[in-house]
Amino acid sequence: MITIKNYWITDQPVDVSECIKKVTRSEAGAISTFIGIAREFTYGKRTLFLEYDAYVPMAVKQLARIGEEIKAEWPNADVAIAHRIGRLDISDVAVAIAVSTPHRDAAFKASRYAIERIKEIVPIWKKEHWEDGTKWIGDQKENVSYEKKIPIKEEMS
Amino acid sequence: MIELLFFAQLQEIVGSSKLTIDANNISVHEIKEKYLSKYDVKELLNQAMIAVNEEYAKEDAIVSNGDVVAFIPPVSGG
Repeated sequence: MITIKNYWITDQPVDVSECIKKVTRSEAGAISTFIGIAREFTYGKRTLFLEYDAYVPMAVKQLARIGEEIKAEWPNADVAIAHRIGRLDISDVAVAIAVSTPHRDAAFKASRYAIERIKEIVPIWKKEHWEDGTKWIGDQKENVSYEKKIPIKEEMS
Repeated sequence: MIELLFFAQLQEIVGSSKLTIDANNISVHEIKEKYLSKYDVKELLNQAMIAVNEEYAKEDAIVSNGDVVAFIPPVSGG
């Protein structure tokens, strides 16, 4: 497991309550969580299990960067994100996000932002294992051209 | 020496997660042309984002001895 503060990648089961604990504090009035789990059927095609790989040190940095982006956009937010890698069976937790804020609106918006951003910039890949084969999945946000997903220069640190 | 990292489908086609090349002061674009054209990965490489030393970079970034260049295919976490 590699961790930067509230952000970690692990090959062990992810416990969302760990994320919640990390963002629980007296200034918060709301905690929004998002949990991504391994889906069995995608448009009728049955998945047996998933395999996740990551460029681990960079992925943790990018999770932390998403946390910083959230704090810049929604003042007084706190964020924790855990992503699992390795083999995941159906319904296993792949990603858990918790965002705490003083009021609920920002918590909902920021947790949504976090998962969308993960699918853009965090170097983690999912391999589907079907009954009749396997495939590395890429570009799940098909409405966005890949060129536009490259972080703009100003965003690069 | 410059280290090249490959992930997901790129890794499977290149047949390795890592290549080390004996080069210095070279752009990522030149690395692709000079060292990776022998693999059947042109389209995948064109879709890939570039990271130099764990930070996103552009293809015209110049890398030198000791740098780590990662080719990052479209990601699918979450």
